[in-house]
Amino acid sequence: MDEARINRALARLASEIVEENHGLTDLILVGIRRRGVPLANRIADKISDLEGTRPPVGILDITLYRDDLSTVGAKPIVSGTELPGDIEGRTIVLIDDVLYTGRTVRAALDQLIDFGRPRRVQLAVLVDRGNEHRELPIQADYIGKLVPTKKSEIIKVMLTDFDEDEGVVIVERPAAEAAA
Amino acid sequence: MRLLIQNGYIIDPAQGLNTGKNLLVEDGRIVGVLGYSDPIPEATELFDATGLIVAPGFIDMHVHLREPGHEYKETIASGAAAAVAGGFTTVCAMPNTSPVNDNAAVTRFVIEQAERAGLASVLPIGAVTKNSEGIELAEMGEMKDAGIVAVSDDGCPVPTAGMMRRAMEYARGFDLPVIDHCEDKSLARGGVMHEGHWSLVLGLRGMPAAAEEVDAERDCVLAELTGARVHLAHLSTRGAIEAVRRARQKGLHVSCEVAPHHWSLTDEACQGYDTNTKMNPPLRSQDYIDAILEGLRDGTIDAIASDHAPHHADEKALEFDQAPNGIVGLETSIGLAMERLVNTGVISLERLVELCATNPARILKLQDRGTLSAGARADVTILDPEMTWTFDVSRSKSKSRNSPFNGYSFRGGVVATIVRGRIVHLLPEYSRSVRGTRIELAAR
Amino acid sequence: MKHLLGIRELSADQIVHLLDTAETFRDISKREIKKVPALRGRTVINLFFEASTRTRTSFEIAAKRLSADAVNISVSTSSVSKGETLLDTARNLQAMAPDCIVIRHQSAGAPYHLTRVCDAAIVNAGDGAHEHPTQALLDALTIREHKGGIDGLKVAIIGDILHSRVARSNIYLLSKLGATVSVAGPGTLVPPEFAELIEQGVRVEQRIEDAIVDSDVVMILRMQRERQTDAFFPSMREYAVHYGLHLNHLNLAATDAIVMHPGPMNRGIEISSEIADGGRSLILDQVTNGVAVRMAVLYLLAGAGKDGQEVSRDVNVVAESDETSRSVGGVRGRTRKPRRGTRN
Repeated sequence: MDEARINRALARLASEIVEENHGLTDLILVGIRRRGVPLANRIADKISDLEGTRPPVGILDITLYRDDLSTVGAKPIVSGTELPGDIEGRTIVLIDDVLYTGRTVRAALDQLIDFGRPRRVQLAVLVDRGNEHRELPIQADYIGKLVPTKKSEIIKVMLTDFDEDEGVVIVERPAAEAAA
Repeated sequence: MRLLIQNGYIIDPAQGLNTGKNLLVEDGRIVGVLGYSDPIPEATELFDATGLIVAPGFIDMHVHLREPGHEYKETIASGAAAAVAGGFTTVCAMPNTSPVNDNAAVTRFVIEQAERAGLASVLPIGAVTKNSEGIELAEMGEMKDAGIVAVSDDGCPVPTAGMMRRAMEYARGFDLPVIDHCEDKSLARGGVMHEGHWSLVLGLRGMPAAAEEVDAERDCVLAELTGARVHLAHLSTRGAIEAVRRARQKGLHVSCEVAPHHWSLTDEACQGYDTNTKMNPPLRSQDYIDAILEGLRDGTIDAIASDHAPHHADEKALEFDQAPNGIVGLETSIGLAMERLVNTGVISLERLVELCATNPARILKLQDRGTLSAGARADVTILDPEMTWTFDVSRSKSKSRNSPFNGYSFRGGVVATIVRGRIVHLLPEYSRSVRGTRIELAAR
Repeated sequence: MKHLLGIRELSADQIVHLLDTAETFRDISKREIKKVPALRGRTVINLFFEASTRTRTSFEIAAKRLSADAVNISVSTSSVSKGETLLDTARNLQAMAPDCIVIRHQSAGAPYHLTRVCDAAIVNAGDGAHEHPTQALLDALTIREHKGGIDGLKVAIIGDILHSRVARSNIYLLSKLGATVSVAGPGTLVPPEFAELIEQGVRVEQRIEDAIVDSDVVMILRMQRERQTDAFFPSMREYAVHYGLHLNHLNLAATDAIVMHPGPMNRGIEISSEIADGGRSLILDQVTNGVAVRMAVLYLLAGAGKDGQEVSRDVNVVAESDETSRSVGGVRGRTRKPRRGTRN
């Protein structure tokens, strides 16, 4: 995927979100750190173009909710969670770059629930690596592109917010890491 | 039984000897010094000392042997074994045992235990005051008759100048030197290390150098007042050494000793709270080491003494401020002297022998020790100035293991220790040096 | 970082990382559900040999907000001197496999002894007159919150510097982050050697006015009554007059200077009530930040950083684009190799 295709995929996600939710009432977009955050903002911009108003955008940092804490690095950065107001009774759209095993989304859901009781939670991802990789019963409601991949492959999502280039590429896992 | 120590280099400052000669020993006494080519009497055991230094037996005038009362730390036998392993033929046992050596019965007990152990000769030091409490004088006369060579309240220094004056006056009557551990307790205030930069960093209560200096000055003043022989133990401060220097210039009978750890380590070693760096007097900063080296060089310091202070591992495993003071030192004394004093050029080998043998014998008036002159006790320490060795505390002859010098390497050390003509310590690497009759080695 | 024994051995980077982490944890305490599952299943033992309700409670709340199991052990000094040694206590605790032991002890260096027999991460919660690292961290967090940073600030620490672990930890931390520190108090309690405690130097003043002039932060230390009986100063009354902080002192400081105290306060002795209760006093903020700082410390020592060797950022870049529990092995069903990256 190149920059233009990412852009088109996000535009489609934006319109699907608006359509599915019959407008913007009670809608909050929540990006999962790191790459979910710029994606959430871009989708919000596109919704603004469509509807004239921009839905509020929040940020979830799931570091403290992970289920694999002991293997986190020696110097983890906890960046904090910022939600725009009360989420009680609202519709939340979680946004992330890649859906793979589903564990990130599990952690995000756990954290979200600690902040209140949303009416509904949906999931939007730019890339879905396919159901066969899932380790938890989690599906995306909105998918930018379905990319069936092998375990030995890595999906690299590059966004100009963090990376030099923009695009989505499939790379082979480095041999050393794959053998480990 | 005759022993000839051949081809060695004899250093005996008492006779002004510093030359290659053979040394002949018979029936526990020195016969005399012979030329290399002089005829060897028949039936003589031979010790080939080629390349080695032959010195009068070393005397450590300040050790704690813990018996009676604290035999789990050390016994007179284990302490004597550590002594000969470290090159010492005579050690002086401080009286802070349980009970305190403040009467002739304890004195006789220490001497008997030492005789039973063989090995090093152990000379007891009696207490200055009863139970070292600083209140009533101990029976110095009785103890002298039983065999003490000096009096001291070592770790519990005589607290008041008035009491010290009486002690000096009384000891003078028996020609006993008074050995003082200089520490003004009101200044030391329960400090657990040297007061200075590192005590602030470590948050440990410091004892200022002034605590030692004040008491040293006091003792020098009292030495002048009483005319007594005064010996200041394990000096660690510039001021105390200067006090001795001045007293000496006045012609007073004041002498002093230093301990090897005080020239080898600074208080920085307390970082990490290793209780094997805790002793009293404490490790001090570099400036004080410089003062000690000066005193060793210019002759102000008379003797090297280890202040060998064994403690059980469980006691030393306490928090730094709770752990007891002191380290074992008999087996590292000479290594540290060779490595840090002789090899670095601070003192000569001759001066080392003076500090370890000649002067201690003079201070304690041990007429037949500290020299290799004819008729003296055949106590001999043989050194190899070139051997390299590493101290392994787990193989120490002491019962205790509280040394900060474990794993330290040295150039120059003790090869053999001979007490009354018997070889009681010989490094296995040098066993081929001995030919002739049976070698009597100290059993462990 | 395996243990937190003191600030002296930390780098400026490590300190900033701890403070940054603490800042995010501060938000958790403002939530309705003040708990995250980060240390679920981990055990934190608070081993206190000195009474300290405040610090112990702070560590306990911090552990619980991270979902760790917190166990408090208070050992009275008298029973220790009769019975079990510190090392035996530590060995016994180690046998129960805690992930972290927080220790408060009256002997300087006691936490170091623990590291010799325990695998658990050791956190120094105050040891004798040595260090009290979490206090310095919470003070720094409070200063940062109100001053925007620490670099270039002038900080005055007033009181019993000699016996204060708080003063030492603060001197190290503040100077590592670029502040200049001056200290003042009675001559018996402020040894001139403090001037050379650190490379950058500490200004040692006799009069507290001289230390406070132009300072941005004034830290007041607690004065303990037993110092009077040990003849460090004649009376609490005289101490209050000459070394207590009064409003006229504060007028010498920068106009926006803040006042801090590690607690518990002796009102009317080292600090006047009108300052303690006034708008420039941040004493309660310090307490709030205490929980956040201790959460950060526990999280980084008992959780995240526990097995950690330093992870290079390169590994992270690859990992980030993937999901949380990416399995790295080639074939499904093989033992999962732990993920090494950090998701940000």
